[in-house]
Amino acid sequence: MDLSNYLPSLAGGVVIGLASWLMLAGLGRVTGISGIASSALFGRKHAGSHDGTWRWMFLIGLVAGGALFATLLSAPSAMPRQSWVLAIAGLLVGFGTVMGSGCTSGHGVCGLGRRSVRSLVATCTFMATGFATVLIAARIGYPLI
Amino acid sequence: MMKSKSLISSKNLIALLAGLVFAFGLVLSGMTQPAKVIGFLNVGAMLDGSFPGKWDPSLAFVMGGALLVTLVAFAVTPRTGKRPWFAEKFELPTRKDIDIKLMGGAALFGIGWALAGYCPGPALTSVLVGGTDVLIFIAALIIGMWFATRLAAH
Repeated sequence: MDLSNYLPSLAGGVVIGLASWLMLAGLGRVTGISGIASSALFGRKHAGSHDGTWRWMFLIGLVAGGALFATLLSAPSAMPRQSWVLAIAGLLVGFGTVMGSGCTSGHGVCGLGRRSVRSLVATCTFMATGFATVLIAARIGYPLI
Repeated sequence: MMKSKSLISSKNLIALLAGLVFAFGLVLSGMTQPAKVIGFLNVGAMLDGSFPGKWDPSLAFVMGGALLVTLVAFAVTPRTGKRPWFAEKFELPTRKDIDIKLMGGAALFGIGWALAGYCPGPALTSVLVGGTDVLIFIAALIIGMWFATRLAAH
């Protein structure tokens, strides 16, 4: 295995960690993207007690940065997927991350970084069902790859 | 009390910058390529040579690199009796209970993650450049979040 193939992944991971550090030191928050998005969209607003604008600013940075760096570095090359599969996937990810209080960033990067047992359990669970889904899909003749 | 409700506050600018840096990390790492995510989840290819595709360990390096930093960040960032630079207080998760909602939600998330190859961060990062696939995924993601939020409120 040529490890240099994985340097961009490692470097990208370090950059993700640094962005999370900036949010912790600057705003005192964990960088959980599903939580930031769902709170920005559907969070209950207590009259005047909280300023949630930072969530929208983070999301604007993420979307604008995504367009900018995809243009400069590498554009996403989507997997061929039927629309109904993408729709079911989106529903599951949206529903599951709100129900389970986090996703890959909130549980995987920040939660494990905080050494939270809850996040360790969540991360092992979504990894396990992710592995199982790819495995079962291939076995029933609908390979995802 | 908030010192400022202005859109251009230090707090908001730092959040914007963090979003930009996070997006840079996601694109650089390859996590906005669904093929890499599915490749990592394709453990069958590691166990059984007749399996379609290959196993791609990239995602492990992304998470490993991020954890190298966040383990240090959360260990050294002082929290008791201190304030963050641009907010009144640290507001970190406090729950410690492991319940069926945590595990059930994470289980459903993992299935959807594998079906599309997108988790919320990379999907949002790709929303302007990923074509119709990402738009369908994001629209469904928002509906799923809305539904779960509604259920939780009852």
